[in-house]
Amino acid sequence: MQELHTFEIKPKKAFAFNFKELVDYSELLYFFAWRDIKVKYKQTVLGFLWAVLQPLLLMLIFTFFIGRAMQVSSDGMDYAVFAYSGLVLWLVFSSGVTNAANSMVTNAAIIKKIYFPRLIIPVSAVVVALFDFIMAFVIFIVILLIFATPINLSLIYWWPLALLLTIVGTVGPGCLLAALNIKYRDFRYVVPFLIQALLFLTPVIYPVSSINQVWLRYVVALNPMYAAISVFRLPLSTVAPDWTLLVISLSSGVLFFIIGLAYFRRTENYFADIA
Amino acid sequence: MLPVLEVKGVSKKFSIRHESGYLSLRDRVTDLFKPAPSSREDFWALRDVSFDVQPGESIGIIGKNGAGKSTLLKILSKITPPTQGRIIGRGRIASLLEVGTGFHPELTGRENIFLNGSILGMKRHEITARFDAIVDFAGTERFLDTPLKHYSSGMQLRLAFAVAAFLEPEILVIDEVLAVGDAEFQKKCIGKMEDVSRSGRTILFVSHNMAAIQNLCTKSILLQRGELKAIGPSADIVTQYLTSLDSQILDTSGYIQVHPEESNKPIRAIEVLCDGRRSATAYMGCELEIRIYFKALEVLTNPVLGIIIKDLQSTPLIGVNNRHYTGNFETAPLNNGFISMKIPYLTLFEGMYHVDVHLGNEFKDIEVLQDCFQFTVEPIPFSSSGQLPLKSINRMFIKDIKWILNSSDHVE
Repeated sequence: MQELHTFEIKPKKAFAFNFKELVDYSELLYFFAWRDIKVKYKQTVLGFLWAVLQPLLLMLIFTFFIGRAMQVSSDGMDYAVFAYSGLVLWLVFSSGVTNAANSMVTNAAIIKKIYFPRLIIPVSAVVVALFDFIMAFVIFIVILLIFATPINLSLIYWWPLALLLTIVGTVGPGCLLAALNIKYRDFRYVVPFLIQALLFLTPVIYPVSSINQVWLRYVVALNPMYAAISVFRLPLSTVAPDWTLLVISLSSGVLFFIIGLAYFRRTENYFADIA
Repeated sequence: MLPVLEVKGVSKKFSIRHESGYLSLRDRVTDLFKPAPSSREDFWALRDVSFDVQPGESIGIIGKNGAGKSTLLKILSKITPPTQGRIIGRGRIASLLEVGTGFHPELTGRENIFLNGSILGMKRHEITARFDAIVDFAGTERFLDTPLKHYSSGMQLRLAFAVAAFLEPEILVIDEVLAVGDAEFQKKCIGKMEDVSRSGRTILFVSHNMAAIQNLCTKSILLQRGELKAIGPSADIVTQYLTSLDSQILDTSGYIQVHPEESNKPIRAIEVLCDGRRSATAYMGCELEIRIYFKALEVLTNPVLGIIIKDLQSTPLIGVNNRHYTGNFETAPLNNGFISMKIPYLTLFEGMYHVDVHLGNEFKDIEVLQDCFQFTVEPIPFSSSGQLPLKSINRMFIKDIKWILNSSDHVE
């Protein structure tokens, strides 16, 4: 006789985190991400090109209007390289957080009819954003070659770390907003505004060194994406990083990650009742 | 042997807020300044429900709308946690509260099989192994690489059920998925479910179809206002349910008050008339009139009355609406009045019947009352012989059948 699979259903504790279950359902995570990627590219004429066009066009705009016209410095690299290197991660964050924030509401029909660890939904939304990153990253390499940017290969290990920081920094706020969005529908309007405002509060299109007031630099560093983007530029930059700011940003990212997951976990049991 | 499922004192409380559905931040902010919490009301959808399911047993869950059936299924499916109590299960559980959960119109049939199978809890290798059988069962192999949006609704349904049919858990929780689809498809579904229960696995099945319940489930539980009212052999529980329906709503006079004057639901009252006299007892061959008094908030531009008459096993016998019978009355914009169905002579055989009433405007239901009343048809000896056809072999009754006897030869 096969091993008997027993289970128990009881009132939920708010903070118990069932990690094993999440692993059991990892295939579903894959299927959700796969679905969203497929659907996204099936519905558009240009398909995969969009993943590349978005950062490219933004890079061009910023290069002409911010880099050339306003003469913003760029930590010793070409402004175009500077802008693109920031944008490529920024777009993971912005589309990841936006998708994740809406994901629970868009999938409400499924949530009400079947059980699985709800965390899969916002996380798969972030995975979709990472998929776009892969495309955009290929173009990043091409841009580096075109501009003949010197790369400090001994620092290249910062790239995967930057990506990890991006994921942590995206999943946290993404889950937090997803949970808030299902409870308070106002967040639908808050998220796009928040993302837009954050773009200017993150050193994507300007270096943090161009901020003269020191206290303002600390404000900027509260953004989890600050660390990810700065670290990503390390192999290209001639300017030494400000470690204090990096640590602040990193701590903020980890804090958001914990708060996001904890709040999501606390409310997930009741999603089906209020969705 | 230990029970497959032990349900111990399960309760579920919902807090209902009276003013709005979703919470908005504004409410939360203004709440801070209110001395008392805003009007919340606790509602117990389930209260202290306990029962055991033994290996090989299948359980039917019966009750009126709002009795807690869906809540119980949702708790069993882990979609929502209970407020109190616990459930211990032995075996893998899968639930089917809907067929085709997660189907995406842009994806192809093949892609949807994998997606839906995975949502239902199958592993990828399991889906791959059963893929051909699923496609075969659904009969949609020609359209495997066509996006689902080009499928007819019948094809989508067949595909959805096919995926679900190849789930092989020890415990299967099913909501009224059989309420959809044509008769042939329903038969196929029931057949598949009978296979499941015969193979010794457990089914928990919610349905309004009493025949299906008795067919599939040896045992049933009756829920009433969130409480477990009775548990026992399905036949007994079905009878108990059907008689409880009648005691609650049926007025023997043939007049049923539905919603009070101040209600914003339209149906005020229902009147049953037999040969023009108000009565809950009709007789075979009489003129039967069912009259619905309504007062709607909006003007009904094109009022539609639908009546379904069912026997005690919930098998529909007559289902008609006035859109199928033109020329009887000019449909006129109206928000207040009555709409009535008159059968010139009743072809139902003696017995008890349940009625569903649908009041609609054009193609939209405005109010649906399921099993809202019951009436009896009494036998009458209709000929000088004083005898009736046998009840056991008749469901319908035709008064004026002509019988002819002739002595002439057969001519080609």
